[in-house]
Parts: sequence; structure tokens; C-alpha cells
Amino acid sequence: MRQAVRLRAAVTLLGRFPALAGVDLDIDPGEVVVVKGQNGAGKTTLLRLCAGLCSLASGSGEILGHDLSTQRRQVRQRVALMGHTTGLYDDLTVAENVAFWGGAVGATSQEMHSALETLELSGRLVNLRAGNLSSGQRRRASFATLLVRRPELWLLDEPHAGLDHRSRNIVNNLVQSAAQAGATVMMASHELECMQTLQPRVVSLAGGMLTTQPAGIQPAGIQPAGIQPVTTQPVTVQPIPTHPTKEAGTHVA
Amino acid sequence: MLREMRLVALKDLRIETRVRVGITQILPFALAVLVLFAFALDTDQQALRTYAPGLFWVTVLLAALLAIGRSFAVDLADGITDRLLLSGIEPQAAFFGKAAAIAIQLVVLEVLLGFGVVLLFDVTVYRYGLLVSAGLVAALGLAAAGTLYGALVAGLGVRESLLPLLVLPVTAPVLIGATRAFQDAFGVAGAQGWAWLGLLVGFAAIYGVFGALSYGILLEEA
Repeated sequence: MRQAVRLRAAVTLLGRFPALAGVDLDIDPGEVVVVKGQNGAGKTTLLRLCAGLCSLASGSGEILGHDLSTQRRQVRQRVALMGHTTGLYDDLTVAENVAFWGGAVGATSQEMHSALETLELSGRLVNLRAGNLSSGQRRRASFATLLVRRPELWLLDEPHAGLDHRSRNIVNNLVQSAAQAGATVMMASHELECMQTLQPRVVSLAGGMLTTQPAGIQPAGIQPAGIQPVTTQPVTVQPIPTHPTKEAGTHVA
Repeated sequence: MLREMRLVALKDLRIETRVRVGITQILPFALAVLVLFAFALDTDQQALRTYAPGLFWVTVLLAALLAIGRSFAVDLADGITDRLLLSGIEPQAAFFGKAAAIAIQLVVLEVLLGFGVVLLFDVTVYRYGLLVSAGLVAALGLAAAGTLYGALVAGLGVRESLLPLLVLPVTAPVLIGATRAFQDAFGVAGAQGWAWLGLLVGFAAIYGVFGALSYGILLEEA
């Protein structure tokens, strides 16, 4: 089986600084992986590398079967990255933002509607400008713009940051459903206790290098009693992919 | 590609109509420039009529700089640049979509400024076909060049000051060609208006092709 993520001695430079200093990592399709590490450990850079937004200075890497050195465009088309920013146009409504990003991959209006409902962005929220949303609502709207793309690899940087308990459960449901539908999820987070229901594999990053890569281990420090069972509506994530795949190398560089 | 181009253009126009920077800031700025020209040349009505085409296009050029800067500013906020790279939108579609949105704004601006020129400078139009053609093609050329250079400076901290420095010199052919065509249309000089229109078409075509080919690389660096 071809791995969703395969990195070998991957080095990424930010200027002259090696933000990643030789990372070896394998992630299977459908797997949920959490990358933990202190601030500046290289978590965000690792996610951006896997999204095809950073280049490899040395080493090798394959994302969803595409070479990170030569096929970054193809990688970008099949992944979704939720960084510290939301990627929303402040002057467009939530529905218009979802329509724009969904329209870019040919999503149907039904799929857009479904994405909004999944993130519980119905009613008056849909027609509010993104600039008028609370930070938690913006985060959920941003997730909706990713969900409508039906990515095969989700790259989430602190996905629970700024979310209340209910929204965190929505995100967890989304991740779980995406994984069940065949997508791979890689998250960087300090809040492992938020992910109890996801049963992720945890890897540690320090100084730009992976320090552990255990498989199938319950995250350390999780307090089973600390999180309530998911109580939000079940999330429906369709099997991927559903959008027509473009020819290699034709999308925005 | 047409679908994506339409998507990008409609998005930019929707934001513009909602925020109304064009109506509330760029148009008043352009009208103020025209009025100042009129004040400066007030004693000589004939001079106003003679120089009206040049004054009109200098004003359009200055206003275009604001429209171009604004168009790229909305794509730089809150991680949108990364999202665009990951969006799957073809760079050519993104280029033509953005250029089309800017061109539409410029055409609207030209129409409104045109009324201002007629009122303030007392000019008479003799060749409407030439006037409209030159206005449309010049707007396309300005939009194409502006989109290209807007993307070039988008990621730089000094983009506001660098954009005019780059765009004004390279759009000199548009200024010259459109002014000559308008002189002919206004009947204030014996310029070969349709021949100058050819220059405008060539300019728009060159920057259209060049922009489409290089836009992806420029976005990557933004």
C-alpha cells in the first residue's frame, strides 16, 4: 500500500535556518497523526512542506504518491491546509467564501450546503460577512471552505485553537469522518487532550527532527474523563475524491 | 479555465461593490485631479479642450494605480495567498480573472470621468466609435500590465510605493496611444486615431500573454 506521507531525511530551510533538519516520517492512508512539540520545533513547517508550500532543501518526500521535489502542484491540489490563518475574505459572506473556494474545485451547491451544515453554519451566520464573525465562527467557516474541497490529506495546525467545547467536538467529528472516508489527517497540536475520541498516533518533533514515531499508541497525558463524548450531529463526509482531477501542473503554481 | 476566470473576476467585483472603495475613494480622487487641472488651466478654455485627452488619461492612470493596489490587498489578508496556491485555480485563469475585474472598474471610472471632462473642459466628441474602442482597449492594457506588476510586488513590504514606480513607466505607451486616439475623437488634433488604437491593442496583447505565462511564478513568490 502506498503511503499518504513518506518523508526521508527531509530538510527544509527558512532562509538559512533548517526548520526541518532531516525528518523521516511515514503515514498510511486513513491514519490520524498528531505532531506534538514545543514552539519552534518545526510543526508548522512540516505541515507546509506536506502541503507543497515549502520546498525540500535535501532529502526526499512523497505526498499521496507525488514527489515533493518535482510535483508540488499536484500535491497542492489534493491537500487542505488549515494554518493559523483562516483564508477567508472578510468582505464576502460565509456562503460566498465557501462558494468561491468550493467553486475553484467544481463543488456542487449541494456539497457547499452540506459543508456549511456540517460545521453548523446555518441560518443567519451563512449570510454574515466573514469579517463580522467571532474567531471561533471564522475557524468553523474556514473548515467549511476546506471540507468542500474534499481533500485526501488534511493538514491541520492547532485545529482546536480558539474553539469552544462544542466546536471542538464538531472538528473532531469532521476529522473522524474524513479518516473513515479514506482521507489522511495530520495535525500539529499542543492540546492532545482534545483528541481523545480520535485515537491518533502521536509523533514528537524537536529541533526540526522527529524524536519518536510510535505506531498506534494512545497519546500520553490524555485524561479520558476530561472530555465529554461527542454530542453534536453526526458528520457526513463523502468518500473521496469526488471532484474531477485536473491535469498535472495546471493549477495555480 | 473560463469558469475559474469568471469565479475570480466575480469574487473581486463582488468585494469591490460591497466595500465601494472605487465609488467612495478612487472616483472622488480622480475627479479631484480633474478639477485641479481645470483650476490650473482655468484662464485658457481652449488649452483645456486641447489638453483634455492627456489630462483624462493621466487621471485614469493615477486612479488605476489605486484600483490595482486595492485588488491585490484583499488577496494578501489572513492567509489567502496560501489558499490561492492550494485552490487548484489555474494561474492563467487567476490572471485573466483579476485583470478583467480591474478592467471593468476602469471602464466604469472612464465613463464617469468622461462626463467630468465634458462638463469641466467643454469638449465635443466627434468620433464615438474611436472613443469607445480606445477606452476599452486601453483599460484592458492597463489592467493586464497592472495585474502583472501588482503580483510582482504583492509580497513586498514596499508594494505601495513600488507599484507606481514600476507601472507608470511601462504604461507610457497606453498614455500616449490613448491620448492620441482621444485627440482624434475630440477633434482637437489631426492624430491618426485608429492607428494609435493599434498600439493599444498590441500593448494589451503583449501584456496579456506575458502576464498569463508568468503569473503563476509571481504568485509563488508573493
